[in-house]
This record gives sequence, structure tokens and C-alpha cells, in this order.
Amino acid sequence: MLEQEIEHKAGYFGAFGGRFVPETLIAPLAELDSAYNDAREDPAFGAKLEDYLHNYAGRPTPLYRANGLSNAIDGPAIYLKREDLCHTGSHKINNSLGQCLLARRLGKRRVIAETGAGQHGVATATAAALLKLECEVFMGETDMQRQALNVYRMQLLGAKVTPVRAGSSTLKDAVNEALRDWVASFDHTHYCMGSVVGPHPFPRIVRDFQSVIGREARRQHLDAMGRLPDCLIACVGGGSNSIGLFYPFLKDGLRMIGVEAGGRGSTNGQHGRSLGLGSVGLLHGSKSYVLQDDDGQIMETHSISAGLDYPGVGPEHAFMKEKGLVEYVSVNDEEALQATELLCRSEGILPALESAHAIAYTASVARSFPKSDSIVICLSGRGDKDVETIRSAGISR
Amino acid sequence: MSRIDELFQSVKGARAALIGYTTAGFPDYHDSLAIASSLLDSCDALELGIPFSDPTMDGPIIQESSHLSLEAGTRVSDVITLAGELRDKTEKPLIIMSYYNPINSFGAAAFAREAALAGVDGVLLPDLPLEEISHWKVHGDRAGIDTMLFASSTTPPHRLERLGEMTNGFLYCLAVKGTTGLREGLSEDAFEFMRRARESCKVPLALGVGISNAEQCRLAAGVSDAVIVGSALVKEALDAFRSGGDPSRSAGRKAAEFARSLS
Repeated sequence: MLEQEIEHKAGYFGAFGGRFVPETLIAPLAELDSAYNDAREDPAFGAKLEDYLHNYAGRPTPLYRANGLSNAIDGPAIYLKREDLCHTGSHKINNSLGQCLLARRLGKRRVIAETGAGQHGVATATAAALLKLECEVFMGETDMQRQALNVYRMQLLGAKVTPVRAGSSTLKDAVNEALRDWVASFDHTHYCMGSVVGPHPFPRIVRDFQSVIGREARRQHLDAMGRLPDCLIACVGGGSNSIGLFYPFLKDGLRMIGVEAGGRGSTNGQHGRSLGLGSVGLLHGSKSYVLQDDDGQIMETHSISAGLDYPGVGPEHAFMKEKGLVEYVSVNDEEALQATELLCRSEGILPALESAHAIAYTASVARSFPKSDSIVICLSGRGDKDVETIRSAGISR
Repeated sequence: MSRIDELFQSVKGARAALIGYTTAGFPDYHDSLAIASSLLDSCDALELGIPFSDPTMDGPIIQESSHLSLEAGTRVSDVITLAGELRDKTEKPLIIMSYYNPINSFGAAAFAREAALAGVDGVLLPDLPLEEISHWKVHGDRAGIDTMLFASSTTPPHRLERLGEMTNGFLYCLAVKGTTGLREGLSEDAFEFMRRARESCKVPLALGVGISNAEQCRLAAGVSDAVIVGSALVKEALDAFRSGGDPSRSAGRKAAEFARSLS
């Protein structure tokens, strides 16, 4: 009987997803699921979110035809979905505004968040300030050092930033600590999960809030070219900007490419290629691809971009990999740095190191596309936060 | 009848049982065996925790013991071996507590088989709630290993009944909303929850998480059939380990103190 329940229950993308959490969190997750379903059906909620996205966050973001980049890499038409122009500098605000509105609807007075690069932390601190919610952000100590500016931004916005010293002191440890807080605080606190990871319903909620990226891009491309693009490319850490771009195009059957962090190479601990080199396991409450050793211990990861430095990936990506709906590839630190410089020089746009992974992969395959093709890249964030990292890596001409 | 069922039969109407916890392989295999043995001198049953790299439900004490155990190179197979060595010396129930990923990686069927062979009586899998438990339970049942489920003060009434029906051995009732670790006192919430659990469930009820001293043990024993202590014991062992003392003697002494509070 139990086997059948597994087959028929919600919260799964094929064999992936689920709710691998302690009993204590089952009720708050059910509460969240039901509040979210109500909110989805409520035109007033949709209108309020739409209003904030438009008048506060600056949506719709442009779909910019990057001829300078196309010429520089001898490639087809390239469109950049300019999430870097969102308020706070990345796509993360789409989700933070949605979830903070949801927190208000749930009657919670406090939100917590994990952050790697600091972009989700800044976005959540921003939405919390706007919507009068207390905010605490958990951030690995290593990440706090490499993203010091974002730490100060969050504090300026009134958020408390709590350093996490366990493990590798990066994103996964920040998620661990946020989960530990939430299991004790959910009575008055909403966990504003930053990516399409975690137990059901988080992967679905975050995907829905980020799908605005793909909905806009699809319409904008139709307006500009009179047809759909031939290929979509986005970076994948937890996978929120990529799923946000891909999801509204799923039925169109076009080519979609997710770019993972190749780091310093394919040696264990030196990359963030959960889909490329990982295996199926459980992390942070859901079943997906995970970087783990042969005894089921989660491995350390490395990427020059803090936002991709994560040993797991959203369960829906695992599903799309298995179904062959999306190709998952990787780009290493050096290539991402070169692509950062490339976009600066060819377009006058400084991309986040995360987004630079998508640029780098595009550059490496551009010549294989017919010139008449069109590629849409999600430029998920701007690179101001990464200037120090980029400078110390040696691009300083 | 399983060893766990026999334990509850034997204490029924007399006293609450004491179930101790230690992280297997902490601080290393040899000392861990000594800690477990000395806990079994006073406890009625023992939980052996498989260390995990990302213990999201644990507070600082068990995070630390898990970290030290992994640093010492502990593997899932070592935990099974440890249980086997303990089984040679005791007839008391041995329970493995684990996040599911290490067991999933080992292979649920192989784990169930080997653990049963080593003399393990039951498992506690805190990140497999009712909806996900069948991933494991088919294998546990086949190998004759009891699978105990968890209930929380947040568990709604109909679900609480269901948990009571589905669990083997006993129902692990969570005394706090939060991670494992020391607490100032038992909350009124916990007592109210235990009243509710008693009405809804016929199985023995064990109360655990956050029970930190002998007085709290005594109070917990008043509303449960078993009291589970983990962090308070591991803390004794950790403190002794850090100060160059004998972790097994310190943890054993604390367990004896807790046992006296229940007699």
C-alpha cells in the first residue's frame, strides 16, 4: 500500500523531489503548500506581486540583442535576458518578493534565507525591508569573506547576517543552518528558500516565481524575431535562473543547455557539477543528483562563483536530465573569467561570475550554430559583487 | 517478539526505560566501542548514530561528534561492525539512527541484511517521514528490523494515529520543535503533546530530544514509556575527549545518573 502512495503523491518530478524532512516540518510544509496554492488562485495576490515586480523591481527586464558579443565570437544572433538589471542586481528578487508576500499572507513576522554569493540574501533583505519583515540571512564564513560588500548591503538593509562556520563554510552549510533555525522557528518564521531545491513545495514555488524570466523572454523574442529562439543557455547552481528561463519554453521542444561550475577540474571537491558528475541522493530535504562519496557523505565543492558552489541541484533539473529535455555541460573557473572580460569588452556589460559560465559556454559552441539561429542567454546577475574576486584572479588590464 | 518489544514488556507498569545515544565512530572506533559499552551498563537500549556530513537536524554537540567521527574515517560498514561487537556482549536492544543518504548509498537491502546479521534490532530514520518511509521499510521488514517512526507536537491528530499504527517497537515523540541539543527545561507543549499521543496511540511512547539532566529525565519518565538522551551524554564524552580525560567513563557516569532518576 505504501508503495502505491509513493507513486501517486505530489511533490515529485518523476523519481526526484519529495519531502525528506523530520516529522516536525511536515505540518509547516503542508501549511506553506496550501497557502501557496490559495495564493496562486487569488487574483489579488497575483496583482500585488505583478505591481511590485513592475514598479519596484523594474520588470520586464530587457531582452537585449548582443551584436557585439555575436561578432566577437563569430556566432549566431544572441539575446541576453537582462536579469542583471533587476533591482538588487540579479533574478533573485523575483523569488524573494513572491515569498515575502507569501510570508505576509501566512502571518509570519520573520523571514530567514541562506545565501552563497549574497545575491539571494540581498534580495531577501530588500523584500523584507519593503514588506516590514524581520530578516536573518545565513552565510558561510568563506562566502562572507569573498562577498564582503554584499554582507554590508544586507546589514544596511536591516538584516542580521549570521556566519556559518561548519563544513566548508559555503552555501550548503548555510542551507543546513537555515533549516536548523526553521525547525525551531516556523511558528513565526518563513524560510525564503533561494533556489529550486529543498523539500516540496519549495522547488515548485521558486520555479513558479522565477518563471517570469522565461515568460517575458518568450514573448520578447517573438516580438523581436517573429519566432521562438533556437536555443536557451543558463548557468545551473541550485538551478533557479535556468529553470525560470527554461520552464515556459518546455512545451516548445527547443534546445536547452544548463551550464554547471567546472571549477578547477573534475577531481573530487574541485567543481560543482552535481548533474554532470554526481549521483542520485538526498540533500536538504529532496532527492536529486548530489556530489557524494562512495559512503553517502556529501562532498565539498569548488567554484570561483559562490552561487554555483553547491553539491546539489533542484530535483526538477534531475528530472529534465533523465528525460533528456535539457543538456547539462560545464565551464571551468578560467573560462568563466575569460567570458567575464569578453562581455565587458564586447558589450560593456559586467556579468556576475555565475552568469559568465553561460556566456563562456555560448562562446565555446557559437560557431557550431548556423548564423541564422538565435540563442537566448540568461544573464542572471551583474558582476559588481565579483570585482574583487576577478581582480585577484588576475584580469586587471 | 523483538528485543525492543521485550524491553517494553519488561518495564511495563514499573518504570520508564532509558535509551542512550552516541555517535558511532566518535571520537574513533576504539573509544566509540568503549563509550557504547559503558552506556549499555546503565541504559536499557542504545542508539548508534551513523555520522553524516550534513546533520541538519542536529545541534552543535552532535554536529561536532559527527564531524570527529568522519574525520576518524568512520564508514557505514564500521557502524555495523561496531553493533556486531556490542551484540557479542549484550542482549539489550541496539538501534541505528541515521540520516537516510548514507544508508541509501550503501543500499537499503544490503544495509538491512547486514545490520540484522550483526544483531541490530531497529532503526530510526529522522528524515524519512511517513510519506517516504517505504523506501526503507520493505527492506527493514524483510530483514526483521524494527522501523520506529517519529511524532511531533506539530503532528495533526489523524496523522498521529496513523504513526502509532505504522511504527514498530515504539513511537519516538519529539520533546521540542528544533534540533538536538541541551535545553533549560521541558516545555508545557511537550506534556500536552504526550497526553495527545497517549490518547491516539497504543504503542509505547519514547520521549526524546532536548532532555538534558536527571530532573528532566524524571519529568519525562512521568509521561512516557522511555526517555531518550543523546546530546547530554555525547557532551560528557566530548568534554572528556577535549580535556584529555576518559570519554567512556564520563559518558557512563552521566548515564548512570540518568538511570537512577528513573528507578
